[in-house]
Amino acid sequence: MAEHERVEFKNPVARWFDSRLPILSLAKGHVIDFPTPRNLNYFWTFGGILAVMLVVQIVTGVVLVMHFTPHVDFAFDSIEAIRRDVNYGNIIQKMHTVGASMFFLAVYIHIFRGLYYGSYKPPREVLWMIGVLILLVMMATAFLGYVLPWGQMSFWAAKVITNLFSAIPFFGDSIVTWLWGGYSVDNPTLNRFFSLHYLLPFVLVGLVFLHIWALHVPGNNNPVGVEVQSGQDTVPFHPYYTLKDTYAIVVFLLLFAAFMFFAPDYLGHPINYAKADPLVTPTHIVPEWYFLPYYAILRSIPDKLLGVIAMFGSILVLFALPWLDTSKVRSANYRPVYRQFFWLLVIDSILLGIVGSNPPEGAWLTIGRIATAYYFLHFLVIVPLVGFLEVPRPVPASISAAVLPPRSELRAAE
Amino acid sequence: MSRSFPLLAAALLGLATLTAPALAADEKLPAKDVGFSFEGPFGTFDRAQVQRGYQVYKEVCSACHAMELMRYRNLGEPGGPEFPPDQVKAIAAESKVTDGPDASGNMFERPALPSDPFVKPFPNDNAARSANGGALPPDLSLITKMRAGWSGSLKTLYTTQLIKGMGGPEYVYSVLTGYQDPPPELAKEAPEGKHYNPYFENGHWIGMPPPLTEGSVTYADGTPATVEQMAKDVSAFLAWAGEPKMEERKRIGFQVMIFLAVFAVLLYFVKRRIWGRHEP
Repeated sequence: MAEHERVEFKNPVARWFDSRLPILSLAKGHVIDFPTPRNLNYFWTFGGILAVMLVVQIVTGVVLVMHFTPHVDFAFDSIEAIRRDVNYGNIIQKMHTVGASMFFLAVYIHIFRGLYYGSYKPPREVLWMIGVLILLVMMATAFLGYVLPWGQMSFWAAKVITNLFSAIPFFGDSIVTWLWGGYSVDNPTLNRFFSLHYLLPFVLVGLVFLHIWALHVPGNNNPVGVEVQSGQDTVPFHPYYTLKDTYAIVVFLLLFAAFMFFAPDYLGHPINYAKADPLVTPTHIVPEWYFLPYYAILRSIPDKLLGVIAMFGSILVLFALPWLDTSKVRSANYRPVYRQFFWLLVIDSILLGIVGSNPPEGAWLTIGRIATAYYFLHFLVIVPLVGFLEVPRPVPASISAAVLPPRSELRAAE
Repeated sequence: MSRSFPLLAAALLGLATLTAPALAADEKLPAKDVGFSFEGPFGTFDRAQVQRGYQVYKEVCSACHAMELMRYRNLGEPGGPEFPPDQVKAIAAESKVTDGPDASGNMFERPALPSDPFVKPFPNDNAARSANGGALPPDLSLITKMRAGWSGSLKTLYTTQLIKGMGGPEYVYSVLTGYQDPPPELAKEAPEGKHYNPYFENGHWIGMPPPLTEGSVTYADGTPATVEQMAKDVSAFLAWAGEPKMEERKRIGFQVMIFLAVFAVLLYFVKRRIWGRHEP
């Protein structure tokens, strides 16, 4: 975004404005004309889907705050008042909670797309690392938001997660007291969680801006995984990808609406419809589905501190991925061995999710430990080794060579 | 568990010692799968059934169970029992609420108005406990939302729940109709004043005596008041109370789905037309 051409607009008002603040030129360069690889498949639409979901969450969130009371005595009832008495409140509230689930569904697909097509490799390391940062902030935001309705699972989730920090040597207990704002999860905790839950989405907006900036320097990766070489490899973003993205966004919204309107409680826990009670521990304390794999990793390590380190490590390892992957070939389409390990990682992650939803006993504990070990094995051993040992299939010379029919065929067709 | 998560384990252990009998058996039976008119994407409440259900709540349950989130006006609002306005006023006026202070600073009693919350049977939890042998009768406003009929089993998790929900109303129905003689091996350890009910959430022993007997209420519409009928009616009423705007949600849901589906089809063809321009 640093250097962009000034467009000479025909409209005098546009020209006057743009010569003073070249935001129209910027939009034209980065939204309308931006040269985009012509071969992006539908997995590339999840960036746009995520941007829409962030806006949905912020807009519904701002409306919910107008009716929410961040106090332990009123939070639960104020959410119920939204569901019962606020005009369309039942729908807005569901849009926000189910929206969080959909946000994570989309972000996980987006991340695995990056893993498959090697979107983290040079020159996109910073783009990828900002993405990992976005994931971390998203997770923090989702956790803080989950606590706000002050249901049973909200309260106990807050307790369990904040207690993780007590594993820090020497200062653990002081840090937990500091996080709580007292000696237990109570009103000060709810208040600060509310404050931060309102703050972090705007941090996300800033990070998303950087993410897009870092994307627009090298341009998009693509399913073939070779860089753009000529104008033949690209199409302008508008109308080609504006329409493809919008179509994908609307299809995604159909899925979102199906859950939100017809199975709104499917992705949540019934017990969170009970008001928080510090004296009654739920039989099973389980996070929302999108945190289950991390929860499984946490619980499969028989030491609390190491468990916490492994849980955060499972995400932090992604920061190092651009340097762990030794292969020069980006797209797994041309990496027969890595491709199989990619799918094993997908299965492993889903397995970790299933383990996380079950009590850590008996076979589940064993499966959880194997799955956790395999997760780290994938990133720390398999990915570096496969890069060295694998013989990739020949990579096409260019995007157009890979996706357009050869010229001889074109001539024959004419 | 205890090694990887000492705090949680300690908390659970503490709870286990506090409520040992309640946790003794947590393998409750899955709820009886009774059919309700409000299931599925097209389901709506059966007005007559929800009205009968309110009658059961009013005449039986409300002796011990509060519904703090409900107001009498809700009974007349669209999407629920839809009592006519006069009847809502009459229903409210049957209960007395304490209001005030008046001009001279005294509290006074008056008949409830439609804008008042359902009058509670006990002034506070302690009074409720002491009148019920130490057990607290839970508030029923969200009981069909907070109790799952069949969660926890992998077999039902991915199919039944998606179509029928968590089975909250079925849970209520099953508990109300599920009182049994305890199996002989459990009978001798029966806690004082508890009743055997294999559908109950917290172990098999429930503090509530069987609340419904044949003819507990007399339905104005002549429906025979069997235990099953009353249980089903009151479960439907409580399902409505758990989400009074369910019908609105489904109605708007269909409008949204149809709009999005048509929009998606149009976008698909526009997108194909645009991309067709660029075919080599």
